[in-house]
Amino acid sequence: MRLRLTAQVRDAIRAHGARGYPHEVCGALLGRDAESEGVGALREVTAVVPLENRRDDSPRNRFSVTPEDVLRAERAARDQRLELVGWYHTHPDHPARPSEFDREHAWPWYSYVILGVAASEPGEMTSWRLADDRSGYAAESIEEA
Amino acid sequence: MAVKVMIPTPLRAYAEKRDHVEVAAKTVGEALNSLIARHGELRRHLYQEDGRLRSFVNVYLNDEDIRYLQKEATPVKDGDTVSLVPSIAGGISTRLRWES
Ligand SMILES: [Zn+2]
Repeated sequence: MRLRLTAQVRDAIRAHGARGYPHEVCGALLGRDAESEGVGALREVTAVVPLENRRDDSPRNRFSVTPEDVLRAERAARDQRLELVGWYHTHPDHPARPSEFDREHAWPWYSYVILGVAASEPGEMTSWRLADDRSGYAAESIEEA
Repeated sequence: MAVKVMIPTPLRAYAEKRDHVEVAAKTVGEALNSLIARHGELRRHLYQEDGRLRSFVNVYLNDEDIRYLQKEATPVKDGDTVSLVPSIAGGISTRLRWES
């Protein structure tokens, strides 16, 4: 599985992560999924929707996106003739690896991009997809477009 | 009674790529059971092992969250739409428990 991110998308995620530090920030990934269009296995993200982290009790190590925000992100995708293909969030002062909590709450099919942010500096960016049986994540290679 | 159940994008791969199915049901719970009976792989993504809906699976009857109606016992009528809408959550540690 491959995920292509445009320079603009990568910059937007990094800037959001730095701005939000030390809190976790999150957002939606909009783009095209070649598989659902029946032309290969590449997924491309061309736009993001930065969202507000709705967790005000523990924003440093949790994020949540309400169903209303999900519907809003889907509408934003439709307006741009794109598809909602995944989500990004940050791990402030933690490695860019999915946590057990991430896995328990993940949906299949979506790409989950994680950005490590160390002392407000954006660091490693990784992407993951949940296994069909929910047992774990597979790394998705990020391509720079 | 014919009810439409809308399937969110991340789950369509487990439902023959459909975005909805039509089922006969008298309650929201029955509609979801019919969906699972038809597309068994959906179960683990919608329900916890104890049989309760997962906390990040939101079910709407038309435009209303069933949590504010009678949950899965909410009656449905002909022409209603039941929608499965994701919410998204994550976090760094597993130390804190998620409260649904
Ligand atoms: Zn995480």
